Amino acid sequence: MKNNETIMKGAQIFFECLRREKVEHIFGFPGGAVLPLYEQLYDIDYLQHILVRHEQGAVHAAEGYAKVSGKTGVVLVTSGPGATNTVTGIADAYMDSVPIVVFTGQVPSPLIGNDAFQEADIMGITRPITKHNFLVRNVEELALTIRKAFYIASSGRPGPVVVDLPKDVLNASCEFIYPDDLDIRGYKPALKGHINDIKKAAEVIANAKRPLLYVGGGVIMSGGTQELALFARENKLPVTMTLQGLGAYPGTDELSLGMLGMHGTYYANQAVDNCDVIVSLGARFDDRVTGNVETFAKNAFKIHADIDPTCINKNVIVDLPIVGDVKHILAELAAEMQRAPDTNDWWQQIYEWRDECPLQYEDNDGRLRTEYVIDKLFQKTSGNAVVVTDVGQHQMWTAQYYKYNNPRSNITSGGLGTMGFSVPAAIGASFACKDKPIISISGDGGFQMNIQELVTAAAYKVPVKFIIINNSYLGMVRQWQELFYAERYSFTDLAASNPDFVKVGNAFGIESFSTDNPKEVDSLFEKAFEINDRPILLEFKVVRDDMVFPMVPAGGSISEIMVKRLNPKRITLL
Amino acid sequence: MKHTISVLVENHFGAFDRVATLFSGKGFNLRSISIGETEIPEVSRMTIVTEGDARILEQVIKQLDRLIDTLKVIDLTSVIHVERELALIKVSLENASMEQIKNITDIFRGNIVDITNNSITIEITGPPDKIDATVNVLMPYGVIEMARSGIVALTRGEQVKPKNKINTLTN
Repeated sequence: MKNNETIMKGAQIFFECLRREKVEHIFGFPGGAVLPLYEQLYDIDYLQHILVRHEQGAVHAAEGYAKVSGKTGVVLVTSGPGATNTVTGIADAYMDSVPIVVFTGQVPSPLIGNDAFQEADIMGITRPITKHNFLVRNVEELALTIRKAFYIASSGRPGPVVVDLPKDVLNASCEFIYPDDLDIRGYKPALKGHINDIKKAAEVIANAKRPLLYVGGGVIMSGGTQELALFARENKLPVTMTLQGLGAYPGTDELSLGMLGMHGTYYANQAVDNCDVIVSLGARFDDRVTGNVETFAKNAFKIHADIDPTCINKNVIVDLPIVGDVKHILAELAAEMQRAPDTNDWWQQIYEWRDECPLQYEDNDGRLRTEYVIDKLFQKTSGNAVVVTDVGQHQMWTAQYYKYNNPRSNITSGGLGTMGFSVPAAIGASFACKDKPIISISGDGGFQMNIQELVTAAAYKVPVKFIIINNSYLGMVRQWQELFYAERYSFTDLAASNPDFVKVGNAFGIESFSTDNPKEVDSLFEKAFEINDRPILLEFKVVRDDMVFPMVPAGGSISEIMVKRLNPKRITLL
Repeated sequence: MKHTISVLVENHFGAFDRVATLFSGKGFNLRSISIGETEIPEVSRMTIVTEGDARILEQVIKQLDRLIDTLKVIDLTSVIHVERELALIKVSLENASMEQIKNITDIFRGNIVDITNNSITIEITGPPDKIDATVNVLMPYGVIEMARSGIVALTRGEQVKPKNKINTLTN
């Protein structure tokens, strides 16, 4: 029996679905194909639409929002260029497993395939970079499709889902039914690992002499950080984290070895090289972590817990895979441990490596360095801020020197390495997180890649502290040119062309300050942290040609690690 | 090593494209692919022939299984199964008599499906190596055109029960 009261237009159904999915914020930009939706938005008060200035910014904002809150980020854009502008953000979310749903307008169904105005085959374009995508072919399937999109994006290994909405579907009407239950027969993400595998893992870890936990972003996504802390502490296990894993375990805790991999700490990488059991938790053996896969943890028994079966044996062959939600696996692993392994000798060895080559930087020549700025920021916030980084040298220095103490506080573009991520992602994060300071850190190169979103920040008065680490170089590329390309600095020097960032900030209506003096860092932070009702911009002009160390060259082994040692008694391995 | 993989997919818009995109995007080798209806109207069966070592095959199967639209992925190479392929082969009559071609067709238990004064088209069905053998014999007479369907395959005996998604727990 049809109830006339529940007959709705597609555009109304769309927002009823969003309401039922408890969506509070959407990031978007209007256009012709989505006008029926924007008409509805005109008087909707149960969610806030945030107008960005470029669709890529909307996707990164949704990513920042999702990463900091654990909720699904939502994007709404128009067809054609609106849709294609989201592609980089979608690819970014796919690589870093960020739950977002991107709604793209589409030309009316009868025009699809006719090269209509602002038509693009966004289904075809995004197929390889989405967890799934949908074209809604009629209004009757709209509600179910939206329900499926949110479920798929947020369950299992999270990821981006695109829903393509032809304009005629939004204008057509049908009865609104929102399904309570959902059964997608081809999609049943694993929840629990096999108990026998977990028992075996517990036995192997209990008998290990040199065990190591290698923790990735999956632990944060699964909400398993408390289980991790319990498991690590009860068994006194050293914890090293991937770039996305930072924050899964408190960076200031004594069991933390910091980050591993290409720019990981010397001692974390030595621990990887020498451990006899490595337990990978929600990590995927990325090449920036492993270097040479043949020599990665070469003598270790490898346990790999991950919710995505395709991650198992993809890059590194493991001895004991456990497919399931890592939160469950960690809880059961802790329960199955008959005794803690004896790790005293192992810790002595790790301490020796740490003393031999701690993280350190030069701070006595009166020149401003990124490490110093990050260190000061860490001290100022005690590791409790949400820090959103861009891509490049400043990102690695932040990973090294900002010791994240909380999950969902480290937000960065890892897998895809998208310059221009930080500014919009921090804006998005600020809508989800009101109780922690939000810091955006970018290099001078990446800052200019989504600089238009400063308007969004100013318009919504988001309390983001935008930090620019300005060495007037595309610094990481420059570093590779210095190390591997005979110092031929091809197109990486921005000194002559960079804008005056203080003037830029001011033009967008944002109070902006700049310094190249280490002595002024504290006072600038003082000023910035007094302001909590609007954005502020700080530019730090740092030493131009510093390089990030330690560094394991791409595809190299830990034995090839390059470190800079400041203690004059020790040899500099460079 | 060559593997024949049977994939049951939802008969949805774009399901075939997803599989094709997966193979190109991941750099998997795709030797042949065929798709058609099954006994269940909303489910299609794709039969894929791919090549690679055990590790690549593990990835191929897991990646196929990960697609939302796939319901079941079976590596038929590891079970007893039947493979068939169909080919249409148009042979020139310039260097051969109709009799010669008809004899060869009979030996391979094919059918003649079209004939003109200058050419003869035969239809041949069988395991891929039989098709290869037929083609090899006909080649010297002058094959004008050929179309092969790609392999379709099924397990022998009872139906393989739908395997749940890896490690699925129903709770």
